[in-house]
Amino acid sequence: MIAFLVRRLLQLVPVLLVMSLVVFSTSLMLPGDPTTTILGEDANAADRAALREELGLDQPIMVQYGRWLTRALSGDLGRSLRTREPVAEMLTARIPVTFELAILAVILSLVIGVPLGIIAALKRNSWIDSLVSALSLSSMAIPYFWVGILLIMLLSIRLNWLPPSGYVPFHTDPLTNLKLMIMPVITIGTAQAALVMRQTRTAMLQVMSQDYIRTARAKGAGEARVIVLHALRNALIPVITVVGLQMGALIGGAVVTETVFSLPGLGRMIVDGIFERDFPVVQGAILVVVLGVLVVNLLTDLSYTLVDRRVRL
Amino acid sequence: MTVEANPTIAASGLPAGGSPIFAILRKVWRHSLGRIGIIVLGVFVVAALTAPWISPHGPATIDYEAILLPPSAQYWLGTDELGRDILSRIIYGATASLKVMGISIAIALVFGVAIGLITGYYGGWLDDLVMRIMDGLLAFPMLVLALAIVATLGPDLINAIIAIAIVNIPGFARLVRGQVLSLRDVEFVQAARAAGFSNARIIWRHIWPSVRGNVIVYASLKASTALITESALSFLGLGVQPPTPTWGSMLSVSMQYWDAWWMGVFPGAAIFLTVLALNFLGDALRDSLDSRLKG
Repeated sequence: MIAFLVRRLLQLVPVLLVMSLVVFSTSLMLPGDPTTTILGEDANAADRAALREELGLDQPIMVQYGRWLTRALSGDLGRSLRTREPVAEMLTARIPVTFELAILAVILSLVIGVPLGIIAALKRNSWIDSLVSALSLSSMAIPYFWVGILLIMLLSIRLNWLPPSGYVPFHTDPLTNLKLMIMPVITIGTAQAALVMRQTRTAMLQVMSQDYIRTARAKGAGEARVIVLHALRNALIPVITVVGLQMGALIGGAVVTETVFSLPGLGRMIVDGIFERDFPVVQGAILVVVLGVLVVNLLTDLSYTLVDRRVRL
Repeated sequence: MTVEANPTIAASGLPAGGSPIFAILRKVWRHSLGRIGIIVLGVFVVAALTAPWISPHGPATIDYEAILLPPSAQYWLGTDELGRDILSRIIYGATASLKVMGISIAIALVFGVAIGLITGYYGGWLDDLVMRIMDGLLAFPMLVLALAIVATLGPDLINAIIAIAIVNIPGFARLVRGQVLSLRDVEFVQAARAAGFSNARIIWRHIWPSVRGNVIVYASLKASTALITESALSFLGLGVQPPTPTWGSMLSVSMQYWDAWWMGVFPGAAIFLTVLALNFLGDALRDSLDSRLKG
């Protein structure tokens, strides 16, 4: 287990290096001079030069990269060019929003996807199977932001059931927080549910034809027991893999979903940062997002051992 | 490794002679979902190509007498906040969206395949280096990497194409490299080497034909992701810039006019139908190439 962890972490080094280069390259944001963002259009050349020196922008690009990397490794991601707020502090406020959105979406996708996948597999080739498959194919083709817009149109504008957008932290007002999260979570969760469902169906079909399932039945185990204890447990590994690997797509979905629902998460931070040419903000948010995806992938590998005791890492 | 040991790869190539594209299209047409995919996608492609002739109105023709009109006989899909015809804008939007999708996937295919063929065939330090770079790019969520690239280059049509192309290169490269690795020591490649053919000729004439079937299937599946990424960039205001209409930017504007449901429903439906058609087409392509394996 420890050896596996060390090996996986070592494999991450070149990945992190490439990632840091890409993230750093956003500081070359064109067009526009960062000093204009801070000092405005009317600033004089001397002030601009002084600020360029202060920000280290007068240094060669590799020096800038080295400096940025050293600082980033010590947790200093710089300050927003626009608000002068430390990026690390901005991230502390934004991460919980995206984290909550992602966790709730994964839960929803499992709650919808796993039972539907089991039903589709048990009723293979029936109309239920076809219906579930058609639903899942369709929901994979719907762009997140369109689902969000349709949900707002239906549930907020027409039926007036839910507030259309906005955000209240969970610890301030849990009920309002969850109300505001319902539509964003459905937006992302249903698309993920389609993938979970397809994967559960395939895995269940494979598992149900195994000898040990026949043995369990022959020993007189009830059908529910066979499905849940014997089949599902083994079918879950590929499902976990899909959920883990889809984390990237889910975060990508969060970027647009947060824009639709005005949620102040990491996605919104990236988009706003790009518009304001606030590159430290963009860098910080992208860095956290990619690190998050890498950590989830690592946890996915580790979680195999919990689900399937035969897997020894 | 022998050819028999890896029938999937060896057999999934397209026929070397004749007209492979038509042969594949015929197979896809016989696939029920594939046929729907071809028809729907065909409608959008024809609409995109003939936009100036078939659009009932100009895409940017402002009519203050016809602001936010619901669908009617005159404006089939209604009008927007400037009185512009939604149907015409969707037709013109197809031009921009399909252009970005098609060109970016073509670029990703050319570069990805070249990288995959070369690194897979030669191996060594070049393979190690390039594949670590590809891994680094694959660690990014696709949309986030596209955003990072657009952030660096600036938002417009060309940069959207470049961004979507770059995010798709690692996928093609990995796919092709994996297949080349298992092909480079099979008998027909060894025979070609023994016959004294150059490496370039072996890669192009002997290995590529065995790989291209899977590349085409992969490209068709990636096209739908590319379209969604393009729409998302436009939706966020970081793709093709106004006044050129795109489906994504139309959806973005619709969020300021919630009561005009037609502004949000129809452009989204265009994206949905095109993506669904591409997925159907991809599935049908995969099935029809797989059916070769069954004989």
